[in-house]
Amino acid sequence: MSDGMNGADADMAAMVADVIPEIMLIVGGVAILLYALFVPRRLQAGAALLALATTIGAGAVSLSMLSGPQRLTFFDTYARDDAAVWSKLIVLVATAAVIGLSAPWFRRDPRHGEYYTLLLFSSLGAILLAGATDLKEFVMAMVLSSATGFVLVAYHRRSSPASEGAIKYYLLGAFTSAGTLIGVAYLFGLAGSTTLTGLDAGLPSSGTNLALIVGAALVILPLTFKIGAAPAHAWIPDVSQGAPAPVAAFVTSIPKVGGFLFLARFLLALPADAIDWRPLVAVLAAATMTLGNLAALWQEDVRRLLGWSAVSQTGYGLMAIVALERSDLALPSLLFFLLAYVLGNTAAFGVVTELRGRSELTAYTGLARSRPWLAGALAIALLSFIGIPPLAGFFAKLALFGAAIEAGYTWLSVLAVINTVISIAYYGRVLAPAYFGERAGPAPVLGRWAAVATLAAATAVIVIGIVAEPFFRAFADAALLPG
Amino acid sequence: MLTAAIFIPIVAAIVFALVPRPAIAGDDESPVGAPDSESGGVLADSGGVLVLAESAVTPTALSGADRRAAYERTIQIAATAVAAVPLLLMVAAWVRFEGTGAFEQVEAVSWIPTLGVGYRVGIDGLSLPLAAMTALIFVVAIAYPVDLRGRAAPYFALMLFLMGVSIGLFLALDLFLFFVFWDLSLVGMYFLIGVWGHGDAQRSALKFFVYTLAGSLALLLAILGLYLATEPRTFDMAEIIRQQPLPATGLYATLVFLGFFLGFAIKTPIIPFHTWLPPAHVDAPGPASAVLAGVLLKMGAYGFVRVLMAIMPGTFERFALPLAILAVVSILYGSLVALAQSNLKRLIAYTSVNHMGYVILGLAAGGASVAGKANAQAIALTGAIVEMVAHGLITGALFLISGSLLARAHTYEMNEFGGLAGRARALTGLTVVAAFASLGLPALAGFVAEFQIFAGTLAVYPWLAAVGLAGIVITAALFLRMLQQLFLGPLPPRWARFSDLGRVEVVALGALIALVIVIGVIPAWLLNVIDSFAGPLVGRE
Repeated sequence: MSDGMNGADADMAAMVADVIPEIMLIVGGVAILLYALFVPRRLQAGAALLALATTIGAGAVSLSMLSGPQRLTFFDTYARDDAAVWSKLIVLVATAAVIGLSAPWFRRDPRHGEYYTLLLFSSLGAILLAGATDLKEFVMAMVLSSATGFVLVAYHRRSSPASEGAIKYYLLGAFTSAGTLIGVAYLFGLAGSTTLTGLDAGLPSSGTNLALIVGAALVILPLTFKIGAAPAHAWIPDVSQGAPAPVAAFVTSIPKVGGFLFLARFLLALPADAIDWRPLVAVLAAATMTLGNLAALWQEDVRRLLGWSAVSQTGYGLMAIVALERSDLALPSLLFFLLAYVLGNTAAFGVVTELRGRSELTAYTGLARSRPWLAGALAIALLSFIGIPPLAGFFAKLALFGAAIEAGYTWLSVLAVINTVISIAYYGRVLAPAYFGERAGPAPVLGRWAAVATLAAATAVIVIGIVAEPFFRAFADAALLPG
Repeated sequence: MLTAAIFIPIVAAIVFALVPRPAIAGDDESPVGAPDSESGGVLADSGGVLVLAESAVTPTALSGADRRAAYERTIQIAATAVAAVPLLLMVAAWVRFEGTGAFEQVEAVSWIPTLGVGYRVGIDGLSLPLAAMTALIFVVAIAYPVDLRGRAAPYFALMLFLMGVSIGLFLALDLFLFFVFWDLSLVGMYFLIGVWGHGDAQRSALKFFVYTLAGSLALLLAILGLYLATEPRTFDMAEIIRQQPLPATGLYATLVFLGFFLGFAIKTPIIPFHTWLPPAHVDAPGPASAVLAGVLLKMGAYGFVRVLMAIMPGTFERFALPLAILAVVSILYGSLVALAQSNLKRLIAYTSVNHMGYVILGLAAGGASVAGKANAQAIALTGAIVEMVAHGLITGALFLISGSLLARAHTYEMNEFGGLAGRARALTGLTVVAAFASLGLPALAGFVAEFQIFAGTLAVYPWLAAVGLAGIVITAALFLRMLQQLFLGPLPPRWARFSDLGRVEVVALGALIALVIVIGVIPAWLLNVIDSFAGPLVGRE
């Protein structure tokens, strides 16, 4: 009897050990909430330090979990594989950078302590989504990530662009998620289980099954919302433009990490003979990258432009999903893409933040002369989005193109190339005035910490490109459970 | 040592980019001088070149302009000194070169072994002359006076950066590394044209960027296609040449070939992919034009030889004839359009289209599938490679000259000039030699190249060679007319005070022209090196 108890305790302890970073985020978030409640206004900024310490601590623990046992935990509902650990690391590093951007941005806001609680909970949502291997877990993670995201976007209550962005974000989220539970119920009914392992074993493996298609579609739809893919991408430009600039950096990139990972896990659990999802995702990828690019061409507002560019980047990322199981490059390309994209996006929005959120193109004219370091960070971020070597974005695109070609989707690679060429036109519209234009006026900046975070992200984009080997090696060995 | 030739300029570029700008009156950062210091600065900027020529500066901005000129001169001398190092290293590599037909002096480090990517550089009879020519052109271009627009350090940083990546491209023995340098070269040139160009520079820079990046992405897909066919997977060129992973026929090989072709054809450029070239050349600053024509265009032609002929010889054979026809069209079209130009720089730009046509014609003849003509094919191929070097030197010189003309006269319109022979002897002399070399006069480098190209092609594609010869006649006509318009006839009164080339300009151009003459008179030292590559490639016994 006592042996059995000890065994269960040991199991429980092992399971808890698998989610220490997640627990740290919860504890950190709650601690910040209490801190914000009880300390006077002048000390509210301390919340940023607490949040930073939490992300660094959780990141350090995640780092120690790399190359550990690759297994499912909590009764097959959560993955403790390298793909999940890397997702944690990407999310936490980017969150730390966003905290750096937020500190000077919210300095004057008297009640900003709780902002960091929301930020930590939102990254927890992304992390849970990246590791989820169960549909109920997926629903819970989606709600956590989205609900915090809505509040973060609308954090400046009196700003009408922020409210507009938040409303669109919320409505699209609500519309796409409305049927999620119905879809989960369908799949549960078909497979008799909500875990991905159970779906893999229990779903009807051949023949056309309408319930399966409807169920799968209702799960995929909210994921397209989360990663900003067509047809649920429309919130990204509005949120980019309206949200506080550090929040825009956050919500246009970090939740995508979770969304992409769960999309990959979920699609792999579907029976390939009964539901041919590959062409569908390829069409989504093609539509997303093309739509994002074409829309970005007409933008006069740098933040909107970055938002549409974020949409097109999602389209490139979906190429990796298409290639899953067809190419050894698929998972490495997905993880490297997420790493490069999240850092590049943080750097780009970091420049916007440091320029006090100004987003009209004229504010960037002559930036190379007035703020050479910021202009450099912007150039690195945008050139990385284009895919210029040796920046991280180039290696991401290289691996994505290779994966798609190997998976038999050469047409998708060709389309991605055409889109990349188109994208120069709008990235050039920001870079050209920044470098070729004469300084239009003073370029006031926000503060030291935002600059440090921005430059750190931009430096990482260069370094991760040049020193890509350890990442590719780790990603090549990473497992994506339950696959 | 080769690695040093690549990275010394790149590291120096980073240092130059980080040099803080000194506070000089007229600088927009420090409002030290008069309230109109901004305009004073601009005057001093455009005077930067004129100082050499007229030694007259707007008096109000004198002290600021003097200090700025001293600062810019210091930076330029430092940049030139750095640029001389890779040139010396290339000369040293040339001395040690043995001509075994294999890659020599290879330096390799693993970079991303998971993907089969390595840092591998080395030389053979193809890359050595091109890399050495690149180093020389950059030294000359960096030393050449130019309107710096008040941004001296960034200009020289970009030039040095471009020097490193260009040398790196020719030395790279790994397709991945090759692509990295390929893309970086176009980013560097984009900023050079955009910031220091004139006219509609931003538009030209964007057009250049869009076109060549489109080409480079086609190239990327082709490289990936080739990479995915290798077993074990690698980007190592020597290994891929050994593996010959793709068959001569089939849809996959054809698509890969077309991807490479598109990338290289846009950069070379071959008709109908040339439309980015004239605006980019015309609006770029003189030294950047020289680099663009002398070095960047060669990258496309180099790719044809290095990748398509060496790695996909079977597929290249299938496409040799269409390629030769495109080359002849480029020759005729380039020369005819050049004939119609009144703008000096556009004229030179179109002669580049014409000359790169000769190169491609020679390559097509060298790679064609004909039995028993290996000697002729080796001659055509050698000629094509010599033409790459000769065109780099000659056109580099011509573009630098046009930059000097612009700095003095602020126009490229040839019919506004005349009679300069009497005012500017050095300018006249150097231009005449360069123009004659470009039109293929014997005892100059262009003749050596074109003679071999046509001699070799006559054996393979006699009719095409005959049609292509017309290009030489047209080129002769247009260069003679150019010389006549610029230097002969009455001197328009507005050029009565036209100043001759400065000392730096004469030495820089003189170095290029001297090499053109040396290659023309005693070409053996160059031909032997190139032949050590070309002979084995065409399978000559």
